[in-house]
Amino acid sequence: MSSDVTPKIGPTPDSEKQSLKDRINNAVRTQKRPTVTVLSSLLSIEDDLGYIPKEAISIVAEYNNSTINEVWGVASFYPNFRFDPPSANTVEVCWGPSCHLVGANDVIKSVLDELGLDGEGDTEDKGVTFKFNTCLGACPQAPVMSINHRMYGKISAKQAKSYVSALRENTKGSHS
Amino acid sequence: MSSYEQLKTLADARWAELTEGNVPWIRIGMSMCCGQASGAYETISAIKEHLSATGIDATVSEVGCLGICYASPVVDILVPNQNRAIYGNVTADLVVDLINKCLVQGKTPKKNLLGVVDTGEIKSKGLPYFNELPQIKLQNRIALRNAGHIDPKDIYQYIARGGYLGLNRSLAELKPEDVIEEVKSSGLRGRGGAAFPTGVKWSFMTRGKKPKYILCNCEEGDPGAFNDKSILESDPYTAIEGMTIAAYATGSTNGIIFIRHGHDGPIDATERAIEQAYSVGLLGKNILGSDFSFDLEVSLTGESYVAGEETALMEAVEGKRSMPRARPPFPAAYGVWGHPTTINNVKSLSYAPSILEHGAEWFSSIGVNKSTGTAIICLSGNIKHPGLYEVPMGLTIGEVINNIGGGVPGGRKLKMLQTGGPLGGVLSSDSLEIRLDFDEMRDAGAILGSGGIIVADDRTCAVDLTRVLVAFCQFESCGKCFPCRLGTTNLLEIVERMASNKARIGDVELMKQIGQTMQIGSLCGHGQLGFNPIESAMKHFKEDWNACVEDGVCLTGSCDKPHFNPINTRSFADAPIKSTAPINLTNQIGENHE
Repeated sequence: MSSDVTPKIGPTPDSEKQSLKDRINNAVRTQKRPTVTVLSSLLSIEDDLGYIPKEAISIVAEYNNSTINEVWGVASFYPNFRFDPPSANTVEVCWGPSCHLVGANDVIKSVLDELGLDGEGDTEDKGVTFKFNTCLGACPQAPVMSINHRMYGKISAKQAKSYVSALRENTKGSHS
Repeated sequence: MSSYEQLKTLADARWAELTEGNVPWIRIGMSMCCGQASGAYETISAIKEHLSATGIDATVSEVGCLGICYASPVVDILVPNQNRAIYGNVTADLVVDLINKCLVQGKTPKKNLLGVVDTGEIKSKGLPYFNELPQIKLQNRIALRNAGHIDPKDIYQYIARGGYLGLNRSLAELKPEDVIEEVKSSGLRGRGGAAFPTGVKWSFMTRGKKPKYILCNCEEGDPGAFNDKSILESDPYTAIEGMTIAAYATGSTNGIIFIRHGHDGPIDATERAIEQAYSVGLLGKNILGSDFSFDLEVSLTGESYVAGEETALMEAVEGKRSMPRARPPFPAAYGVWGHPTTINNVKSLSYAPSILEHGAEWFSSIGVNKSTGTAIICLSGNIKHPGLYEVPMGLTIGEVINNIGGGVPGGRKLKMLQTGGPLGGVLSSDSLEIRLDFDEMRDAGAILGSGGIIVADDRTCAVDLTRVLVAFCQFESCGKCFPCRLGTTNLLEIVERMASNKARIGDVELMKQIGQTMQIGSLCGHGQLGFNPIESAMKHFKEDWNACVEDGVCLTGSCDKPHFNPINTRSFADAPIKSTAPINLTNQIGENHE
């Protein structure tokens, strides 16, 4: 997601909680699409903040006349949502059959090796979040990966590795 | 409020200025399926930079998909009083040379040229014609008639090319019943997978009661299918006009186009198009001066394949978990928020404008048997020319793969075809004679479904491909029906055992039992068809299964490679719940729930 979200590890300090609540409220109240539901509110928060803070659950429940249980139910159902601040960058690789046939596994392996991960998750330094994607919608360009929501097609394991390592280099620069 | 004639006059004038004026028109394919992943961003910025640096006057438009995704980035240059030339694989480094040759020297360079289209009386000599390319020639574009030709940001271009004639005819000449009759007799069948006659579906809608809803389904989570997204991205107006026609026919007051969150191309294009349609009186109150009113909006779903199932889609529109509802009651009587609802796929709706414009007979004359019109095929996998091809029904799969797709590359042999999405099952290479026909394909044990065809060559083991398909089914199970939730998980376990040469005695029998249970005990197609990939692969590729299961050796070695797939952690996992705040009891009563 966007690089302006500073990675935070551990509980949110009280001083930041208020501004977090303001941001959540703002995201929930300024949805541009006419039909407002629990799902649309959660998606709006995810878009703005990059994750669903636990404070958001009761705000969404109240705003939609729903319940905390129901909001958690929806939030935990869709794999879009995460519950802690995202890393500075998101790397997704498609593992669907079209990409699988033309070498997606090699791409996934080289990306995971480069990141030091063995599956979905964040790197230790919170520089990169790795996600599997079931279909990025660019099957003719398979295998496809996306870096911060920008797609790259017909990618080789070697290219993928160099893109990811370049991304990590750049990220390191911006945080030091 | 403008009348249709006023809009058309304005649109024609604008179109003439673009296509017959003195300024060249450069169109670049920027849709998700081709341009975005192949470097079209770099190409378009290089073009814009070069134009402004040299002061060359040209109109630059970002357009949708011409279908020839294999050749992207595609740059389409219309030179006044000369021709329209379409170039493929135009990477950013080729831009300066191409623009200089075309727009400064007035030439049509042969490098990267896919073909030309004559625009005036002058005939291009010694150059290939674009419409003679097999990838274009064998197509008959109806739903995609404007894709790649018009700027999806400009409703007037759509109107200039015949858009809204169908709606105008419906509102001016036909009663709602006549529209339904016209669609019924065109033989149009739903393109979402079930192939149910669209006109008949419309006629089920409860009369009288209001509000009523039309939902347009662009969830499209199947890997290997991108036609719905491409239609909305390349020509959102045809889906919007189709929905407006459907709304008029069924007496609906509201429409919702349902797109997966994160697919920004189609979402942006559709929202912009809706806004424009409102601004010229093609949506909203008293459309085109008639007494018919219709409101349309976009709604987003989270990532969920099952949200494409019609009752699950209604749940997601209401903002809940996308889990299917039991039927009856059927959506036509009790749909979204309890109101009568009709749900159609993007493709089905996108045919409606042309059917109403040219008549049912015209549409039913295309195609074969009970499958009228065209099939929108997404070709991908081990194929030379992957892309988005709209071909008449009745073409054989072999013609699509070999004549349009150019066959399997690298001197390899065709081994498997995976059609109609991951639940559609696989076909072997002896199925090339099967025609694109809903019924013929169903009889052959496959489905045309959403139109995806994934081609696999002889390096792939059937067990390996099945593992991916089953992993997809497992990942996407919504978890509501336990036979599907547990069944897909168990099936994945067993197939993974087989792929890693650790099959146990009785595993095949166990899989069959699980498959049967899923079929009987699941509410929606996800569970009912979840065993399809395994069943069809076992039927067509016995040797592969025998080798992996009994001999413990993979014939092609593809099962032995490292393998990655995510595991479903939805709904029945407890991960996020552990970190929740204590439940606030006052919020649990839910007295405002209706």
